[in-house]
Amino acid sequence: MKIFKITTLFFGLLAFFILTNTVEAQGYKVGDMATDFSLKNIDGNMVSLKNYPDAKGFIVVFTCNTCPYSVAYEDRIIALDKKYAAKGYPVIAIMPNNPDLQKGDSMDAMKARSKSKGFTFPYLMDAGQKIFPQYGARKTPHVYVLQKVDAGSQVKYIGAIDDNYQDVNAVNQKYAENAVDALLEGRDIKEKQTRAIGCTIKR
Amino acid sequence: MKYMWCLFVLLLWNCNNFPDNQQLIEIDETVQTFKDSLQILDFEGLKPLLNKTDNTIYVVNFWATWCAPCIKELPAFEKIGRDFASENVKVLLVSLDFPHQYNSKLKPFIAKHNLQSEILVLNDTDGNTWIPQVNADWSGAIPATLIYSNDKRQFYEQTFTYETLQTEVEQFLNK
Repeated sequence: MKIFKITTLFFGLLAFFILTNTVEAQGYKVGDMATDFSLKNIDGNMVSLKNYPDAKGFIVVFTCNTCPYSVAYEDRIIALDKKYAAKGYPVIAIMPNNPDLQKGDSMDAMKARSKSKGFTFPYLMDAGQKIFPQYGARKTPHVYVLQKVDAGSQVKYIGAIDDNYQDVNAVNQKYAENAVDALLEGRDIKEKQTRAIGCTIKR
Repeated sequence: MKYMWCLFVLLLWNCNNFPDNQQLIEIDETVQTFKDSLQILDFEGLKPLLNKTDNTIYVVNFWATWCAPCIKELPAFEKIGRDFASENVKVLLVSLDFPHQYNSKLKPFIAKHNLQSEILVLNDTDGNTWIPQVNADWSGAIPATLIYSNDKRQFYEQTFTYETLQTEVEQFLNK
């Protein structure tokens, strides 16, 4: 009996350590519930997922002004919002860099960039850099497709927008679109997690 | 009870010290090394250079001229290449610059900073296929560094100073 207790304690502790380590190091995995947030938008208002009662989910994109990969994808992020906001999956862009380290990502610079590109979606500052580590974003751009379920917003897809940052016309796989299409049609998402080169988040 | 705790601690220690994924990829011994000219490769071309078995310690750094933290740590890699040349350490700088900037940015940068390490350019847009082949845990963020010698491999998704890089390289020397 004593052995049993010790063994239980042992494996319990082991599981606890593995779980907590994983969450800290990796952020969300597909299937996890994503935290809501309250972050300042470029128009001065605070934005939260709960502000969108009619949304079926969200395309959360960690992006910034200064990363060439983010810049290469700006038009495609706008296109995602134009295509999917009306279908219930609006884009929410979050700028995760520390603007003290990356001047080109200050709130004023974000406002200017949004205006010149004609962003149709909120562009939020992750002030204090509390949100991106919870999601586990490690670079820009980094996409999280969330779907609303009873328990909250569930992570359904993590990764890249598509498979060619250089040339939109040479894209073979539109990973993010495929994920949202599958959710809209009630299908299983084929590629739930993808990878692409990006810029380290400056912290 | 004491024994169990020892075992527990040992297990935890093991969990945190697993070497990064070791990949068994067919090795092409015929690949030549490049010295002076800018060599542009896709991942199939680069792969053999990440899997050599010639007892050399390869420090492979993924960088780009547009990546500020990469530029900042480049001198550390250059110095490691110089200081450890006699100990069979070789630095490979794998540039991920955009093709339209090879002539306008990359070549002038290499000339201006007189980079001495071997430089390769990886032009392969399908990151989802090749990034996990470098390391299973790599998110794709740069800078990133792979140090390997024969079948011993360590991958680092982080920035280095000379001292922190030296510490890692020395672990490969003392094996």
